[in-house]
Amino acid sequence: MSGGNLLEVEDLRVTFPTRTGKIEAVRGVSFALGRERLGIVGESGSGKSQTGRAIMGLTPPQAEVSAQKLAFDGRDLLSLPARERRALRGGRVAMILQDPKYSLDPVMTIGRQIVETLRTHEKVSKAEARERALDMLAAVQIRDPKRVFDLHPHEVSGGMGQRAMIAMMLIANPELMIADEPTSALDVTVQLDVLAILDRLVAERGMGLIFISHDLRLVSSFCDRVVVMYAGKVVEQLKASELSQAQHPYTRGLLDCMPKIGADRHPLPVLQRQAEWAL
Amino acid sequence: MSMTGQAMTRREWLLSERPASRMQARLGRAYVTWRRFSANRLAMVGLFIIVALLVVAALADVLATHSPYIGDLKNARLLPPSADHWFGTDDLGRDIYTRIVHGSRLTLFVVVLVAIIAAPVGLAVGTVAGYAGGWVDAVLMRVTDIFLAFPKLVLALAFVAALGPGIENAVLAIAITSWPPYARIARAETLTVRNSDFIKAVELMGASPFRIVLRHIMPLCLSSLIVRVTLDMAGIILTAAGLGFLGLGAQPPLPEWGAMIASGRRFILDQWWVAGAPGFAILVVSLGFNLLGDGLRDALDPRSGDQ
Amino acid sequence: MTPALAVTDLEVVFDRFRALKGVSITVQPGESFGLVGESGSGKSTLLRAVAGLAPVASGTITLDGKPLGRRRDKAFYAKVQMVFQDPYGSLHPRQTVDRLLQEPLAVHGIGDGEKRIQRALDEVGLGAGFRFRYSHQLSGGQRQRVAIARALILEPSILLLDEPTSALDASVQAEVLNLLEQVRRDRALTFLMVSHDLAVVTHMCGRLAVMQNGEVVETLASPDLAAHRVEKDYTKRLLNASGGFVRDDDSSARSAHEA
Repeated sequence: MSGGNLLEVEDLRVTFPTRTGKIEAVRGVSFALGRERLGIVGESGSGKSQTGRAIMGLTPPQAEVSAQKLAFDGRDLLSLPARERRALRGGRVAMILQDPKYSLDPVMTIGRQIVETLRTHEKVSKAEARERALDMLAAVQIRDPKRVFDLHPHEVSGGMGQRAMIAMMLIANPELMIADEPTSALDVTVQLDVLAILDRLVAERGMGLIFISHDLRLVSSFCDRVVVMYAGKVVEQLKASELSQAQHPYTRGLLDCMPKIGADRHPLPVLQRQAEWAL
Repeated sequence: MSMTGQAMTRREWLLSERPASRMQARLGRAYVTWRRFSANRLAMVGLFIIVALLVVAALADVLATHSPYIGDLKNARLLPPSADHWFGTDDLGRDIYTRIVHGSRLTLFVVVLVAIIAAPVGLAVGTVAGYAGGWVDAVLMRVTDIFLAFPKLVLALAFVAALGPGIENAVLAIAITSWPPYARIARAETLTVRNSDFIKAVELMGASPFRIVLRHIMPLCLSSLIVRVTLDMAGIILTAAGLGFLGLGAQPPLPEWGAMIASGRRFILDQWWVAGAPGFAILVVSLGFNLLGDGLRDALDPRSGDQ
Repeated sequence: MTPALAVTDLEVVFDRFRALKGVSITVQPGESFGLVGESGSGKSTLLRAVAGLAPVASGTITLDGKPLGRRRDKAFYAKVQMVFQDPYGSLHPRQTVDRLLQEPLAVHGIGDGEKRIQRALDEVGLGAGFRFRYSHQLSGGQRQRVAIARALILEPSILLLDEPTSALDASVQAEVLNLLEQVRRDRALTFLMVSHDLAVVTHMCGRLAVMQNGEVVETLASPDLAAHRVEKDYTKRLLNASGGFVRDDDSSARSAHEA
């Protein structure tokens, strides 16, 4: 592996053409990822999701993506032919989206979707694929994998659906996982279960994980490192454990404005946005 | 220089993010829709055709070169197109160009009347059924289904046969057969918004169901209905022409385009222009309505209207 | 003291599914009461049942001591208003802010609309510049302010809040929560607030009910919750979960070992 970094991003830009001119959703984002958990945090419109999508190659076709460097395992993703990029996607790089309702095929059983994913990336027999899919469902702590295998996505709860989605994404043994708000649609208690599964798998398999979220506190409790984005730019990168010593006023304001149990602050401090943050 | 400066400010005024009055907000919205519509070239072609149709109908007396009813049977039967008779003459020696120009009035009469009768009926039935639900919905939609179960032209034929031939009855028959699809569309649209929070919010103000349907649901169904009606106009023209062709619509000597084709049918191989000219007119106007409808769909679609 | 709102043994049934199984709560005038729970706990259903938007199978709801019938009258709506969760879905897409605020006044035949609209807009911090905008010209936070203005324009005494900030960014959430506290103080309002976020509810409410599977698990005061003086296991679990992700030492030690 080159330089020890799984993913290197340098000056990533994503531009959307609109009738009134071009809108830059991502404006020069740079970071490097090893086999670690990296959190990307920001509010809506900060460009965090578009960053993840650009790495995955899932940017809408009308948008332009440019970067000085966008390398996965030493290979430049932007100059890669579409076929190889597709093979990479779902194989060595996988993505989990926010709502399993929309990312699982509603007319196919969960088991078949997992098997199909595996068989597009590896040449395995049907029986073996089934075996491995069942193992994977068990690995994401689904209690009765055989039953869930034959269910359709609408027949399972949100937490179960998200676990199935994780199973589907992990079946091809990816090295990099991008999770875009993977738990935001779930209840708090379920949310933590799903995170625990993700955490264990990342640790066991030595994957790199990019965890995209709006929830600064959740990210800081889960990730090793945090990238804070604002208006398409990275305003601060820091270790999750050092979040309380954040330098940038935006990071500090974001941390401060959330209500905390037991803290009696009326009114809540409000984030005063400065125009120069977006420069 | 000052002209462009002024034009710019007017544009900015229309596109303002902070309109200062109800009027400005409404005009601004209309202007955005118009910009979206006018960016579509084919839609502009459609609009041009329909505006031309309106102008022709309005100025028919001026534009006509001959009388639409009285022909020169002795000298001018079935003449080919020439400088004197631009589209030729028919078997009664009448100038075909003049008849087409006057026929535009009949076409517009049919189209507008059908739209005025059928669209509100469909809108009312659909929104009431969709919002009320329960047995009201069941009864209204089954009635709609009965109307939908017959082929349009066959049902129209039956009505005309019962009411007697004539252009008014043809309009009535077409209107009676064309409202059910509008009711279906309006109902589907109503069902998607009926349980939305903004309707719940109005219910929580204590607004009456009548008010909710009329002031909050109908405006939302209107744009898809306008699009559908415009796209249906071509079909209405064709149905009217079909009835005319069968002798059940406009009666001679009215210069209705369908009836003109019917009378030209006998000479179609030797004197093609007798049937060809009104046929071409129907084609162009139908195309115009279709292009206009397509453009309106793109411009009025509330889902793309967030910009 | 007569409670502003009392719900007794309320049952709500949707197509044989018992969404609420005999729920009772009392809210005193001027109090801010919270309902916490996960999806499917029935917290939103309870709120909607009070508003008359859910089918009540049995039980009673009383407002200022007077029981409410099946049909709510205009006097009820003048007294009780609601703010919805999704600011993108609760404003009519084809109406200007002005028209949205005019509607409740028109329904209730209130004359001094001009003054009331201006006051309501000022109160929620939007000002006259926003009056003739359409909802698509507003941000999420601004939309929620308009929704609050719409709820306040009839001058109600009880405000039902259905996850009013869960669709908003954290910084915008703080602004909207502050605004809600402000109007509650100014108008001596009673709040009944639903949220899945314990931190938000303890911040906003004096007392709260924890709900699970259509039942009230526990009713307690916010300071008790903050001090972890809770009785039921479910409440404890919720409380622990809202503290963020905790890596058990076992797995982190293992990953450290592997690295």
